[in-house]
Amino acid sequence: MSELSAGQRHFLSQQKRHRRIVSVSRVLILLSFLFIWEFTANVGIIDSFIFSSPSKIALCFWGMLIDKSIFLHIGVTLYETILSFILVIAISILMAVALWFSPKLSEILDPYLVVLNSLPKSALAPLLIVWLGANTTTIIVAGMSVAIFGSILNLYTSFTTVDPEKIKLIYTLHGSKYHALTKVVIPSSIPAIISTMKVNIGLCLVGVIIGEFLAARNGLGYLIIYASQTFKLDWLLMSIVLLCIMAMGLYSLINFLERIYQKRV
Amino acid sequence: MDQILELRHIHYAYHNMEGETPALIDISFSMNKGEFVAIVGPSGCGKSTLLSIISGLIEPEKGLIKINGKYLRESTTNIGYMLQHDQLFEWRTIYNNVILGLEVQHMLSARSKEKAHELLDTYGLKQFENSKPSELSGGMRQRAALVRTLILEPDILLLDEPFSALDYQTRLNVGDDIGQIIRREKKTAILVTHDLSEAISLADRVIILTDRPATILQTLPLKFDLEKDTPLNRRNAPEFKTYFNLIWKELNTNE
Repeated sequence: MSELSAGQRHFLSQQKRHRRIVSVSRVLILLSFLFIWEFTANVGIIDSFIFSSPSKIALCFWGMLIDKSIFLHIGVTLYETILSFILVIAISILMAVALWFSPKLSEILDPYLVVLNSLPKSALAPLLIVWLGANTTTIIVAGMSVAIFGSILNLYTSFTTVDPEKIKLIYTLHGSKYHALTKVVIPSSIPAIISTMKVNIGLCLVGVIIGEFLAARNGLGYLIIYASQTFKLDWLLMSIVLLCIMAMGLYSLINFLERIYQKRV
Repeated sequence: MDQILELRHIHYAYHNMEGETPALIDISFSMNKGEFVAIVGPSGCGKSTLLSIISGLIEPEKGLIKINGKYLRESTTNIGYMLQHDQLFEWRTIYNNVILGLEVQHMLSARSKEKAHELLDTYGLKQFENSKPSELSGGMRQRAALVRTLILEPDILLLDEPFSALDYQTRLNVGDDIGQIIRREKKTAILVTHDLSEAISLADRVIILTDRPATILQTLPLKFDLEKDTPLNRRNAPEFKTYFNLIWKELNTNE
């Protein structure tokens, strides 16, 4: 490496400083929040029965870790979320492909998709329980229902905005519509598919929790409802914290997949 | 000479709810094997439509096209088409872009792959085989697009303003370059352009179209008295200016 100029060194140190301030501030906010919460709960400024406290939540988590019941709840919610996520992605890609193949079909179905997409999906959950019973199927379908219609619309839109000249190229090479799909439409929509996945993983979690509120024996959603009814607010807040961590973990998993894809390209 | 392409009384119109817009009216011409024809006309006069019809992408409303004496539908003659932009796929390497046509036509074999490597070598792209299109210059990209077309061994080559997206200097060089490649391979080619000097520097014959709806205004054979007939030499020849003024006058008196 050649010697860096003074200007470049200055710029680099500025950038480093900026990055350090950002990450230190982030940690600081979290720590001071936890500290104030713990402190005010301990000296009695807030009622620790209603607001709980970081130490109580940690103890509660430890207790459930020891008797291993927490693994069941996390595992169930995780399983339901991932399954409904995979189903949503698979079905919405298939549907978007079908709509792309037949513009007539997409024009016919358009108003239905728009209505279903804007419908508040939590309204469907009680109906699903009656139809499918209070079981895992209901929860998975509830998880899917939140994400699937928006996902289909998003993917279809990205399919139709592919450069028509690129599709024309396939036809000038004497390819068929199938080739236009596999060689142009799908590959150029990969970024859109990944960003849809990022949105969907969160939405599926929302749907699964709604489903668990109503129809579960296990899972974090069940734990939240159970805790609120029995006034075990340590449990409730712990479940919310776990959900935060789970959402973050799932999101970074997709991010990781995206990084792998980008490296390959 | 062998006649390879014949168009007879081609008509075409675009339709929408507001009405119909005639694009081509009574276009007839024929081409011999190895001939290079340029079609010039005002922008948006329907030149590209004409290429799409010859390549079979769209059907004319009236008229017929024969290739090697057979109707277009039954013809097995391979027609190559070069679009305005190179349309190289950013998610594929240059090599994988070049074999796209082979893939689509299920012609990938050890031999055709070997040929792809050879062609890339011939056209100076060997070191870029595994590069992404974005790493190549505009001229290189256009060459890669040409290799993608040539590897399917087309008997007729359709060029739809393939240099218009390039900056002026690159455009002269690439025009010269690709013009010579087409001459060397003895391909029959139709070039559509609104750049008169490009048409004159490359073609054996210029077909002048009118403004939309396009009809054939005039056909002008070009003859250059040059030892080495390259596009760049043509631009310096005295005949160049004469032809330019001739076509220029034709296009303008018609308005």
